[in-house]
Amino acid sequence: MISFILPIQIILSLFIFFAVSRVFLRFREGSISAHSFLFWVLLFVLATVGVFNPKLTTEVAKFLGIGRGSDVVIYFSIIFLFYLIFRTNVLIENLHHEITKIIREIAIKDHENKKKS
Amino acid sequence: MTLLIVLPAFNEEKVIENVLVGLKKEIKKIKKESKIKIKIVVVNDGSTDKTSKIAKRQKIYVLNHLLNRGLGGALSTGFRFAKKMNADLALTMDSDGQHDPRDIKKVIKPIITNQADVVIGSRMISKKGKIPPDRKIMITASNIITFLFFGVKTSDSQSGFRCLNKKALTLINLQTQRMEASSEIFSEIKKHKLILKEVPINVIYTEYSRKKGQSNLNSLQILLKLLLKLAR
Repeated sequence: MISFILPIQIILSLFIFFAVSRVFLRFREGSISAHSFLFWVLLFVLATVGVFNPKLTTEVAKFLGIGRGSDVVIYFSIIFLFYLIFRTNVLIENLHHEITKIIREIAIKDHENKKKS
Repeated sequence: MTLLIVLPAFNEEKVIENVLVGLKKEIKKIKKESKIKIKIVVVNDGSTDKTSKIAKRQKIYVLNHLLNRGLGGALSTGFRFAKKMNADLALTMDSDGQHDPRDIKKVIKPIITNQADVVIGSRMISKKGKIPPDRKIMITASNIITFLFFGVKTSDSQSGFRCLNKKALTLINLQTQRMEASSEIFSEIKKHKLILKEVPINVIYTEYSRKKGQSNLNSLQILLKLLLKLAR
């Protein structure tokens, strides 16, 4: 069985292992929520299945009417990455908004304190 | 009746003194003619020059943002301060000297006479002062974006000369941080069914104000930021 493992499968599975370990560490330190943790773990489990059983992606490709299994992975990856960039942008905007709120409070409090003293 | 004039300022040490002196002169005149109490607040938006120091010398209110948060952030601070001091009206003006203080009376009039909740001083319907052609195109593009996004027709969606009554001050809540806040105000006007009126204002375009003002690429940036705001 081991003799059938391709070098690319070893490289990809090592990367997936590394990624899952990072997800686990971030979850343990409380940087990501349980939902995010489950989402990422599920995503990497699916990726692992795809890496070791490429025929499955071909089946999905046939079902969706796309030629090859690897094309399905690429198409979905691109859509997913676009969505991720969009979410990150929204998150950054929200952070900007929160920072502004803090800056505003400090500006007004500073003014009030100076008035009192 | 109390009016608070809000001047968002970012690195305006070269002009802020003249702008404030001119403003105070006009305020004296208005006070003589009416019973309105007028105060000025400069929202120093994280300037790295002497803007705050120079403004303080004029014995007005100065609020200091520790970091630059952009026009929207500075305007919201001004509005928040107006609510805190229980002002009846809040008037915003640019601090680069582009606006003529003599237009204040025109801009506050529809609110004092209960004809509007928000008044926009429009450069596009003014007969005085010429707007450079590239700036005209930028304003028109921004107006189209404002109409497409919020369904509000305006001749100058990017005008910084505006006045809000107490009702508008309470209801308007800006989410965007930078120049796109000018367009967002219209979304808030529509959302809260506020009465909007436009009055012509004089524009003084100098090399300085052109450098400091919005770039012509801004309508594109505004579009992107508004898309993000909608999807948030």
